[in-house]
Amino acid sequence: MSDTDRLAPQAMPQGDLGGPGPDAGQCCTVRDLAKTYRSSGRGTGRGRSRTAAGSGAVDGAVEGGATGEIRANDGIDLDIRRGEVFGLLGPNGAGKSTLVRQLTGLLRPDRGSVHILGHDIVRHPERAARLLAYLGQESTALDELTVALAAETTGRLRGLTRAQARSESADVLAELGLEPLAERPLAKLSGGQRRLACFAATLVGERPLLVLDEPTTGMDPVARRAVWAAVDRRRAERGTTVLLVTHNVIEAETVLDRVAVVDRGKVIACDTPGGLKALVDGNVRLDLVWRTEAPVEVPAVARLAEQAERTGRRWTVRTTPEQARELVAAVTTGPAFAALDDFTLATPSLEDAYLKLGGSGGGLAK
Amino acid sequence: MTLLDRPVAVAQAAVPLAPAARFLPSLAAVYRAQLARARVARIPLLFVATFQSLGILVMMRGVVDPGANSAAYAVVAGSSVLVVAFVALNLLAQYFGRLRATGGLDYYATLPVPPAAVVLGTAAAYASFTVPGALVTAAVGAVMFALPLTNLWVLLAVVPLAGAALSGLGAACGLLAPRQEIATLLGQLGMSAALLLGVLPVDHLPQAVRWLRDLLPSTYGVEAFARTFEAGPDWAAVAGDLTVCAVVGLASLTVATWAYRRATTR
Repeated sequence: MSDTDRLAPQAMPQGDLGGPGPDAGQCCTVRDLAKTYRSSGRGTGRGRSRTAAGSGAVDGAVEGGATGEIRANDGIDLDIRRGEVFGLLGPNGAGKSTLVRQLTGLLRPDRGSVHILGHDIVRHPERAARLLAYLGQESTALDELTVALAAETTGRLRGLTRAQARSESADVLAELGLEPLAERPLAKLSGGQRRLACFAATLVGERPLLVLDEPTTGMDPVARRAVWAAVDRRRAERGTTVLLVTHNVIEAETVLDRVAVVDRGKVIACDTPGGLKALVDGNVRLDLVWRTEAPVEVPAVARLAEQAERTGRRWTVRTTPEQARELVAAVTTGPAFAALDDFTLATPSLEDAYLKLGGSGGGLAK
Repeated sequence: MTLLDRPVAVAQAAVPLAPAARFLPSLAAVYRAQLARARVARIPLLFVATFQSLGILVMMRGVVDPGANSAAYAVVAGSSVLVVAFVALNLLAQYFGRLRATGGLDYYATLPVPPAAVVLGTAAAYASFTVPGALVTAAVGAVMFALPLTNLWVLLAVVPLAGAALSGLGAACGLLAPRQEIATLLGQLGMSAALLLGVLPVDHLPQAVRWLRDLLPSTYGVEAFARTFEAGPDWAAVAGDLTVCAVVGLASLTVATWAYRRATTR
């Protein structure tokens, strides 16, 4: 449950934090975005090898049969408002990273438009670097620098003077609790610490839009809390917009204002996390774990067996709250309870919503 | 879902762009960062580069007579420039190859930094790494082969100019190679060519190999340095050789910058 460490929304400082107002304006508008890679052979084609850097974004995308065409995304529409934390959620290989690379000007789409804060990024990809800060998944460019120098250099390359870069970098390191590591090279840090150092570099040289590709991977709860506190602070003080790529459902539920579910290169839904969960019709999920064999001689358990999704000793049932209550009563008494190792009754998660929407990936990584 | 049906709101006033990083400050920042990297990752490799050249000096000492002869000049000059080839060509090709293959170039590509600042800053840092090794190799070689030490200062021109030519070539190889392994291979081949064609006395080489030697930019660095061991060096010829290095450096760094741009805008 450590993914829920971010401050709860009601605990945030007062301000315009309840999501942007109706006239907050658009930050990012995407229309009909499409990209197809043509690979001459499996794994060796130019398109394929070039996108290897895109963290395998294409691996699960739609392959177009004999021609070797891989549709990384197809007809994507998005509207991200100023000041919101907007998420792209989807399984590995859904095309999230490809979409982010198009938004950051790293990858030219075959078709469609991307406007960020009033600038046409398809026509002027070089402007993206002056509008947004991007945290990619790789840290190779910074690995052999110390944390302090990585942050300061990034600030200088974002156009700050040396003095500005140095003071902003010191502030950000203090904010994220990285001061004790400031003189250590990134390559010598743990994965989570390195990720936090790269996040620090992303924050030096302020930008109105932060694009964060799985920023908290490998982080401990303290580091994760520091990341979300830093994001919240920027949003409250400067109206910063955040585009977050994640396949972590729990994180998505707790930090996002709105989320687009991406699957096979398409946006299959876009709403608030609560709105998406409402798609699951108010059902709840009952998870049962049996000690050994399930006691199918108990009639209630026998009935349950027909309904449940069974993986070994673990059974999952999605059902109405009323029926769930009866089931819980049945399995928490008598011989069924004796055979029961553990059970949880939960309201629907984004994962349930995703499965309901027909996501192809067999569920999201949790 | 209905949010997607709203009209495109592109008519809004565009937010002003943050200033782009200017060329010289970003060059300085890249150079400084790359030099700092050396402290962490490159020092062992710099020792390898120097020891390799010192080993070649020892080996060739058994074959080439010391004293004023063109073979001795070639061995000492060739071994010194080999340090530059090892680091600036081979290691830089590997560095850019790895950066490109792992997505590390995205870091630079999403910052408003001029491509030439990244390429030149990195190339200059790699060329700078080679200065101590090249000086040590030249001094040790001059003593071993009983050559005058008076004109060793010319290395201060040879290393940057040969460094520019070779690092431009290395960066271009690293950025243009379709795969990381090929970047490594090209770097290694370039260094082997600089070794064989630079260190071996030119009089003993067949004509075809001499032509190949003339195509290699490191050759002109070797020739310029070798000429300064002569009594009464032909300084015009030295300047001519160094001009070739400078022109090749300019061309290869331009190609490398183009290759960087190509690698970062897909």
